[in-house]
Amino acid sequence: MGAIFRRELLAYFTTPIGYIFLALFYAGAGLFFNMTALSSGSTDMAYIFTLLIYVLLVVIPILTMRTLSEEKNQKTDQCLLTAPVSLGGLVMGKFLAAFVIFLLAVSITVVYAVVVSAFAAPDWTVVIGNILGFMLLGSAFISIGIFVSSLTENQIVSAIISFAAMLLCYLLSAIAQLIPVEWISKVISNLSFVDRYTGFTYGLFDLSNVLFFISATAVFLYLTVRVLEKRRWS
Amino acid sequence: MIEVKNLSKHYGDKIAVNDISFTANDGEILGFLGPNGAGKSTTMNMLTGYISSTDGQALINGIDILENPMKAKKEIGYLPELPPLYLDMTVKEYLCFICDLKKCKLPRNTHLADICKLVKIENVYNRIIKNLSKGYRQRVGLAQALVGNPKVLILDEPTVGLDPNQIIEIRSLIKKLGKSHTVILSSHILSEVQAVCDRIIVINQGSIVANDTEENLSKSLSQEHKLVAQIEGPTDDIIKTVSTIRGVKTIEKSKNLSDSLCEYLIETDEKTDVRRELFNRIAARNWYLLGLKSSELSLEDIFLKLTIGENVNINKKSKGGN
Repeated sequence: MGAIFRRELLAYFTTPIGYIFLALFYAGAGLFFNMTALSSGSTDMAYIFTLLIYVLLVVIPILTMRTLSEEKNQKTDQCLLTAPVSLGGLVMGKFLAAFVIFLLAVSITVVYAVVVSAFAAPDWTVVIGNILGFMLLGSAFISIGIFVSSLTENQIVSAIISFAAMLLCYLLSAIAQLIPVEWISKVISNLSFVDRYTGFTYGLFDLSNVLFFISATAVFLYLTVRVLEKRRWS
Repeated sequence: MIEVKNLSKHYGDKIAVNDISFTANDGEILGFLGPNGAGKSTTMNMLTGYISSTDGQALINGIDILENPMKAKKEIGYLPELPPLYLDMTVKEYLCFICDLKKCKLPRNTHLADICKLVKIENVYNRIIKNLSKGYRQRVGLAQALVGNPKVLILDEPTVGLDPNQIIEIRSLIKKLGKSHTVILSSHILSEVQAVCDRIIVINQGSIVANDTEENLSKSLSQEHKLVAQIEGPTDDIIKTVSTIRGVKTIEKSKNLSDSLCEYLIETDEKTDVRRELFNRIAARNWYLLGLKSSELSLEDIFLKLTIGENVNINKKSKGGN
């Protein structure tokens, strides 16, 4: 796992992917920070994080599109799968590397909070809640992206499908409202990423929401392992 | 040591590998020979745990690759058909990564230096793999397989893309490694298998059609004993005289080499060695016997015979001692 984690991390910066991801994220975050906080002179940072979901929908597929699809395409998976490494370790190494890059991106919001605090004290619980919620949402999205990239050999297909899948997760609460049958609607809205994330933007720390995102991450990473396993057995 | 017992692989209805069994002993180089799509790479992928088998068992030094993959994989160095290289890394970074991946405990710098010296990639050690030629990439692939000094080496077409000098170097390297390792090597280059391997397995359409040393294969497949003789003298008389020798079944002229010198193909029965008698008769008539050799099957002939069942023309492709 350690070896794969280190290699992945290095690969994000020997290929343009890491730079593109960080540049896009910083640009989006900077734009929203300027719009919501700087130009209107507000210390309310919750709004930035609500808007950052849109950035996330676009940039996470870029971050994860090549994780497993490129291995398959370049046949380098032969090297990983014939080495004494467990599939779980392999997937976890990939996930952690992507997550570290994501943390690098998120850390910019800490800078924003510090900038804001120079003018007036922001509501720190809201800021911390937001950052935590954003990290959890990001980890769930990353695991979805890795899962999708395990399904295809083509990076572009992987990126597009991950985008669609994350969009679907994002729209679940809207979809739930369209369904007339109450219990189905309720089940779907319980799975809604946005509803659960919105709680954090208010500064509410709800353990069930935390567990929801951690479970979503675990489920998709587990499914990724199963996909790799199945490929060997097909 | 590798033991393969009744190994099969099915892809849906298609049978890629059908019930093969063989053993490769320590210090033995086993050649895997077969036409494209015969199942060579599939078999190797199963041995290394890259894909699973549908049926059967593969034991690497007594460890089942499916039951205890982590332990079995530690024993194997694998060079797949396409070397699994990360093109954006330097050779050094890549080999260090492989060391980490294989959890290699050997002192890293000296171990990697040894390997690089062995496969002659010291001069590209700090270059990015993307910029290397096919031959160098192949050697980096081989270096990768050697990391951690695995007991078993599985090499899928190791000399593809190399120039003739490199081919000779890599072959002698494999021979050297074969003394202390168990090596399985696949190839469709017959001369390579002939030059390097102790034992040959011919595989066709997923089944083993032969498993023996080259000499034995050659012997068992050429049922008739045939001699090729170059004799100078009048053709009709020669045929008449030779056909009276006890043990000679047939004689026919196969080639005109010059006015009076011809090549004859002599078929004999298995028990009698007619060569001495042949010499005496010809010498007695003052003709000249300029060449005499038994025509055993060459590996090419064996291969053709086993894989397409073609009747080979042993006149043209004859080989063996005089």
